Amino acid sequence: MATVSIGKKSCTVNPLKMSQPIGGALAFMGLRRAMPLLHGSQGCTSFGLVLFVRHFKEAIPMQTTAMSEVATVLGGFENVEQAILNIHSRTKPEIIGICSTGVTEIKGDDVEGYIRLIRQKHPALDGLPIVYVSTPDFKDAFQDGWEKAVTRMVEVLVDRPGPNTPRDPRRVNVLPGCHLTPGDLDELRTIFEDFGLAPSFLPDLAGSLDGHIPEDFTPTTIGGIGVDEIATMGCAGWTIAIGEQMRRAAIALEAKTGVPYRVFPRLCGLGPNDAFIAFLSEIAGRPVPAKYRRQRGQLVDAMLDGHFHLGGRKLAIGAEPDLLFDVSSMLHEMGALVMVAVTTTQSPVLEQVQSETVLIGDLEDLETRARQAGCDLLVTHSHGRQAAERLGIPFFRMGLPMFDRLGAGHLVSVGYRGARDLIFGFSNLIMADAEAHHEPTPDTWRGTDEATGKGRAA
Amino acid sequence: MTSLSATIQDVFNEPGCAKNATKSAAERKKGCTKQLQPGGAAGGCAFDGAKIALQPLTDVAHLVHGPIACEGNSWDNRGAKSSGPTLWRTSFTTDINETDIVFGGEKRLYKAIKEIVEKYNPPAVFVYQTCVPAMTGDDINAVCKAAREKFGTPVIPINSPGFVGPKNLGNKLAGEALLDHVIGTEEPEFTTPYDINIIGEYNLSGELWQVKPLLDELGIRILSCISGDGRYHEVAQSHRARAAMMVCSKAMINVARKMEERYGIPFFEGSFYGIEDSSDSLREIARLLIERGAPAELRDRTEAVIAREEARAWAAIARFKPRFRGKKVLLITGGVKSWSVVAALLEAGLELVGTSVKKSTREDKERIKELMGQDAHMIDDMTPREMYKMLKDAKADIMLSGGRSQFVALKAAMPWLDINQERHHAYMGYVGMVRLVEEIDKALYNPIWEQVRRPAPWEQPADTWQAKAIAALDAEAAASTPAALAAE
Repeated sequence: MATVSIGKKSCTVNPLKMSQPIGGALAFMGLRRAMPLLHGSQGCTSFGLVLFVRHFKEAIPMQTTAMSEVATVLGGFENVEQAILNIHSRTKPEIIGICSTGVTEIKGDDVEGYIRLIRQKHPALDGLPIVYVSTPDFKDAFQDGWEKAVTRMVEVLVDRPGPNTPRDPRRVNVLPGCHLTPGDLDELRTIFEDFGLAPSFLPDLAGSLDGHIPEDFTPTTIGGIGVDEIATMGCAGWTIAIGEQMRRAAIALEAKTGVPYRVFPRLCGLGPNDAFIAFLSEIAGRPVPAKYRRQRGQLVDAMLDGHFHLGGRKLAIGAEPDLLFDVSSMLHEMGALVMVAVTTTQSPVLEQVQSETVLIGDLEDLETRARQAGCDLLVTHSHGRQAAERLGIPFFRMGLPMFDRLGAGHLVSVGYRGARDLIFGFSNLIMADAEAHHEPTPDTWRGTDEATGKGRAA
Repeated sequence: MTSLSATIQDVFNEPGCAKNATKSAAERKKGCTKQLQPGGAAGGCAFDGAKIALQPLTDVAHLVHGPIACEGNSWDNRGAKSSGPTLWRTSFTTDINETDIVFGGEKRLYKAIKEIVEKYNPPAVFVYQTCVPAMTGDDINAVCKAAREKFGTPVIPINSPGFVGPKNLGNKLAGEALLDHVIGTEEPEFTTPYDINIIGEYNLSGELWQVKPLLDELGIRILSCISGDGRYHEVAQSHRARAAMMVCSKAMINVARKMEERYGIPFFEGSFYGIEDSSDSLREIARLLIERGAPAELRDRTEAVIAREEARAWAAIARFKPRFRGKKVLLITGGVKSWSVVAALLEAGLELVGTSVKKSTREDKERIKELMGQDAHMIDDMTPREMYKMLKDAKADIMLSGGRSQFVALKAAMPWLDINQERHHAYMGYVGMVRLVEEIDKALYNPIWEQVRRPAPWEQPADTWQAKAIAALDAEAAASTPAALAAE
């Protein structure tokens, strides 16, 4: 429905986009005792690390090959070698995930080749899985880095089942997109388990970045899916991919193991959850538990209560493709009008966004268009705060980074419950804004805001 | 690149740095920072350092020439504050793509500058070079020059791509850019005998504003602050100051020294963290100004302000002293804050059980020894577990550090306070010191500590992870012989 256009500016102003190497690194953080390693200058890691610390309020494991100018020109074999050996001896990880960056891609470092050589030279590394993914930061975006990293994990870490490997129909592989929070994964795990299914999340940020108090100081991730569990994903009955970005990994998994997959492009809102719960009921061979029948009713009630506030709202949203599609569709289904949609990178879901156009652009585009369209609700990550202030419209933070509010990791949008609470969150924000800025006065009788020009962008 | 490497050699040659002066020529050439260790490094790059040093200039458009990573992952993440312009918080980047890499990104950079000048009309555009265009050979100096000629707006190249070194080098390279292209390019409308520069102060959490009123009261004018709450024209006119104060340890020593060399502006190294340091700094400013011709009565007025502010601050802090008796602090931070905060904490009656000196210079370390005695624990580089052990061994009651190491304390259910650039409170000057003490008190006596340390009803005290961590550390200590440690 929507046409996708690409911005024509030479200068990106107030970026919405983040780079793909750190999207890849975040995916590796969903693995147990993992150490993500960026092959690049130390700043590449440092910026990503600070970003994640501010978002999750957690210690973040992330290392660098610390490429100097000279090493960049001569090639980074020695830096990659030293980095792997240092990480191996100091932090004893179960897996190292390497993402390339702009400088090392330009030089054309053959990291796969390096890893083979390093393994030959250092037999002590036998048994330590090393997954490499190419993620130059001069193309694509955060979500693409996540997608590529998960696909590589499947290609490298999942065992090809033998002819006699038994299948366990109770086991389900779940491939969550990077738009899902640790809180979302916890909610999904509960849902799967209530159907008697045993989910394996790849990656599983709920194990590592949910904010629990770890058992000990570990310089690697403090939880997440283990390499051993990933290896056996070929024994599952189904693979469920959440978000279009995970289709590639699901296909790779099917190609390697024959496990059939289904992609759920969205899990926020009534329709998508009906489809999801019905599917679980079908593959589990169990009726829908009473708990979810009740929760469905609660969501329906929340929709009834919330539509007074969300109906007719003019939404401006900036987010990565899958989050954009998910949240804007839910709000559209609540009666909001998706006036402005800005995203970071190409994706097949963009055409399905309930808006005339989707622009691959930045937050300056979002702000300008929101002002032009008279939008009265802004949804984007924390970097939208300056735009929201200038526009004077209510601002709901979604996506990464969310550094100026607590609880980024526990904002739940999936399931009936997630959608219910999200609708309450949006509605409450709008009510608070109405009380603060849009109380009627003797002068507002002809138009709500045109007369006073107060608050909303005119 | 030749000019950049020449600049770097020049920066490494800093005669104002005592540590550097004692090195051989060959050692000096290697630079002043340890070689980064792949897989064991932490900290920002030279680009990061340059951006930190200059971004607090509030009316400048800061344009990052590079792929999205350099700016998109990091913008608007510093706590500097502005008294007016907001442009510095608007993020500009060329966000270069594959085409720019194949055909060169100079055209895109030029057009980006054009768009900024047309849309935002800033007094200046600062263009930051990054690794990728440095590799592909984009000549930002030439583009900046052409853009300046075409648009009539100063366009300043900041040549500090990340891979040339760490943050500290980037601070200095940023200083070089100011020296080469900005300082001394404009004349102030008027000057006074009371004009000073403050160099290396970033106005984090607006803390400069806790000192500025005192200077205002004394009639001392900050002609230019490089760079906190600074404006482009102020920096351009800063060569007319009578004296300068260098705040952030050695980060911008090259700026202070070269301004002394070129414009005869004497400088001193001082700090506004801690009561005595604040007083010393005010005295030193007055002394230098009088030396340069200001009326001698400035001294008496300064002493009067110092006496008043000290009395007020001491009185405010005195009520905490009984609450802090026997309370121990572990301080983990870099550079500037180490020695200046040490003095501040001792003033509040806290006992200091250790401090890190990772980013500190040898002079910093000497200062710490002076303040804490010869047996002070100085920690060069610690793993989280070692830090935790230190917290436990030293029986510290609170840890003060930057954001990166906060989780060591917090996950161990220990009080923690942020004293680095991401912090939310302003600790500078006399009122800042009182604030710091108040915050430490709030942290120490918060009722959560007792609750969060209590094991769950179904857990034995010996089963808590803290107890296990200590047991593991003890076991490690028992297992590791001095020989084994030496081999490591």
